[in-house]
Amino acid sequence: MDLENQKRVKDFADEYGAENLVVVLGAAEGEAAGLAAETVTAGDPTFAGPLTGVQLGLTVYHVCEPEMKEEFDEAVYDEQVSMMEMVLDVDDIVSEMSSIRDEFCKYL
Amino acid sequence: MPGQDAIPFDMKKRKVVNKTMNSVIKGASYVLAHTPQMVVYNGTTQTTERIVNPESEYLKELESHLRSYEECVNYWPNQVYIGNATPDDLAGVEFPYYDKAKEGAERYGKYGEIMPEEEFILLVQACDQFEVVKIDKDFVSAHKDAFAADPIITDDIVARVEAGVELAEIEAAVKDEHAEGIYVAGKLVACVKRAHDIDVNLSAHVMHENLMSKASSVLALLYGVKNAGISKDDIEYVIDCAEEACGDMNQRGGGNFAKAAAEIAGLNNATGSDSRGFCAGPSHALIEAAALVKSGAYKCVAVTAGGCTAKLGMNGKDHVKKGLPILEDCLAGFCVILSENDGENPEINLDILGRHTVGTGSAPQNVIGSLVADPLERAGLKITDIDKFSPEMQNPDITKPAGAGDVPMANYKMIAALAVKRGELDRKELASFSANHGLTGWAPTQGHIPSGVPYIGFAREDILAGKIKNAMIIGKGSLFLGRMTNLFDGVSFVIQANTKAEAEGTSGVSEEEVKGLIAKAMKDFAASLIAE
Amino acid sequence: MAILEGKKAIIIGDRDGIPGPAIAECVQTAGAEVVFSSTECFV
Repeated sequence: MDLENQKRVKDFADEYGAENLVVVLGAAEGEAAGLAAETVTAGDPTFAGPLTGVQLGLTVYHVCEPEMKEEFDEAVYDEQVSMMEMVLDVDDIVSEMSSIRDEFCKYL
Repeated sequence: MPGQDAIPFDMKKRKVVNKTMNSVIKGASYVLAHTPQMVVYNGTTQTTERIVNPESEYLKELESHLRSYEECVNYWPNQVYIGNATPDDLAGVEFPYYDKAKEGAERYGKYGEIMPEEEFILLVQACDQFEVVKIDKDFVSAHKDAFAADPIITDDIVARVEAGVELAEIEAAVKDEHAEGIYVAGKLVACVKRAHDIDVNLSAHVMHENLMSKASSVLALLYGVKNAGISKDDIEYVIDCAEEACGDMNQRGGGNFAKAAAEIAGLNNATGSDSRGFCAGPSHALIEAAALVKSGAYKCVAVTAGGCTAKLGMNGKDHVKKGLPILEDCLAGFCVILSENDGENPEINLDILGRHTVGTGSAPQNVIGSLVADPLERAGLKITDIDKFSPEMQNPDITKPAGAGDVPMANYKMIAALAVKRGELDRKELASFSANHGLTGWAPTQGHIPSGVPYIGFAREDILAGKIKNAMIIGKGSLFLGRMTNLFDGVSFVIQANTKAEAEGTSGVSEEEVKGLIAKAMKDFAASLIAE
Repeated sequence: MAILEGKKAIIIGDRDGIPGPAIAECVQTAGAEVVFSSTECFV
């Protein structure tokens, strides 16, 4: 994850409390989604950014996951995101995201 | 009154005759400079890592993942880029590409070449007008003959190469004066000095970045002129559409890469300017160039861009982690030459332009709708009426291991999904759409370089050969990276077979013919009056 | 229990996936406050 974004995530966790935050991702692939999710839960796996070694355990989802879709206004999701479901490998994304959440999320 | 209607003079047809013809694509060039050491010293992924994690495993392993010049030349996607193989050939190569060498690969291709790092350093010095590039004199003498032997490099460019300086002078400049070192095989051989002591816009880092962009643009321009079969003096205007900015502290992006590169390339009749739009830059520039030619403002315009040192090794961490070579080890350049309609070459049809507007938003379906479906609909066409789409032609060998997926494929899936949604494509044809209307990506991830334009050379040939009748070029840009707006951007245009003969054949009535027809009608009218 | 309602949302979009502003439109409809939205680019 971009270093500046890592810094912002860390600052927001300090400001609002990790339990009050939800991170929503839009990554194009399961692996990239998993890496971003790992960064905001277990720390930056690339050891480059401010979240290196910081285990925030934030609640994190990909925007195409069923748990998210259930909470969105259907018409808005349909207009903004739905077409990408035909493009992305949603099953792969869901499996990567759930395994990271099961392992590292502290607030579920 | 009899006879009046007999005057065969159709104003509507007359209008068609007078309508200015679209510009044509005279030729295109695509060049690479293999710069593995600039990956190490100038790519931002590596320079950032050196700041935040200087002892990292990645930095230790990096050098052993750099490709040799031969490996870089033998790499399939690079051979496609310079025109020694086609996108169709690449589609037949089993993925991934990095572990497969193309047999019979060559330095020179029909669109350009892959220049070795040593020779490129000499070209960079030849492009320097302010004595900021200093090369070790032994290095110059070791490589000057090879540089001069490159058929595209003219004598006046070779004459610009200086004899060089003592290595100690370069070492001192790097150590004491913040000069940016230039290395070959891990050894300091040259440097770019700062052009101002205080102004950060003229720092050694910025000068280095800009000179690399300029030099690769010069190389692209030289091949562009050659491939178009025109004289250098024919070019009246040059548009540079790279992503760098040159200027000083009082005008950070003042410009002008276009004219600076045109000068070294010997385009004496040209002026020019820079056009910017992140990765969408080339598509914007081509539409502008096509409009300039069609309007008659300039008869012949070159659109050019050099490469970007910052993006070298951009996804290197993922490549090294997965045991791949560093695949982003080349600076890239391209040039497209547009001229007045010659009745032969494919045209840029300015009546079918897609544009992502301020109001379009960032939803992927809106983005692709604004760039693909909307302009076609305005022209009364369907998505399936376009034979080939060239969106962002990034090489998936580079992007897939980095988690960015197969970018061209994602674009094709979106276009196909949109076509299904609009009832223009049967759902059953979703899977075959990419194969029929798409291309396998081959372009290096140099930002603006992959964005639509890599296919223009092939599209021109495929249309001339009658293999396809048209192609849509789509450029997209991430404007939000500049922190000036959160907006996305993109524009698109259609290249089609030449229509000049058709236009003249159906409605082209010459002045002579019109005069003759009027005279005949008057005679008939007079005869009818006499008869009465 | 809702995941997003009443929470502060951080959005990390992707240029070649779903961009930040498109995600933000959705997240707002679920009652979360978007405190940060960014779009990453790998190309």
